[in-house]
Amino acid sequence: MGILAAKDQEAIRKEFARLTGPVKLVVFSQELVAGELCRQNEQLMKEVAELSEHLTVEVLNPAIDRERAEAYGVSDVPVTVVEGVRDHGIRFLGIPSGYEFSNLIDSIIAVSRGEVALTEATKASLATLPGDVEIKVFSTPT
Amino acid sequence: MRLAQHMAIASDRVRAVAIEATEFPELSRAYQVMAVPKIVMNDRVSFEGALPEAQFLEAVVRAASGNGGP
Repeated sequence: MGILAAKDQEAIRKEFARLTGPVKLVVFSQELVAGELCRQNEQLMKEVAELSEHLTVEVLNPAIDRERAEAYGVSDVPVTVVEGVRDHGIRFLGIPSGYEFSNLIDSIIAVSRGEVALTEATKASLATLPGDVEIKVFSTPT
Repeated sequence: MRLAQHMAIASDRVRAVAIEATEFPELSRAYQVMAVPKIVMNDRVSFEGALPEAQFLEAVVRAASGNGGP
């Protein structure tokens, strides 16, 4: 049985009609660490990826695919990387649900199209940042 | 999270990490997450709740500049 309801699939499929470029969901799973959560996350990402020809899923195990995990800066599971032509540093730790699931869909569209909903002033300021910034956003399922 | 993700796409200097707090209790404890959303930038600028784009950007710039504070 699927995680996404038929009406949700249909709504997401319509949103994904706007996709223009490839997006890869790189899913880090490790059965021994968090089996049930990893299985659910993998299934969710595969169901999402089935809704557009622009999407692919790659499942990696950080204990086995160590170099890849290190390159992505991933040490936990389940973790999903939303990657376009290049890695933008977008990560989801845990199963995105509720509001975060909407953000997952939004990030896939933004990465695919290379378009961001930011003001010109914000883009200009980001272009001159003096250093790197990692933004962690903690949320709970709603 | 949406602002953070779009900023990550717009700038190679920005990474956006969404964390389900209940699935990562140790991480949540380490960052003293009492209310959500809680945003932590470079482990030194943090706040709770959503901010308008301009103020969110100010926090990002502060974090990038190495200046702490709320």
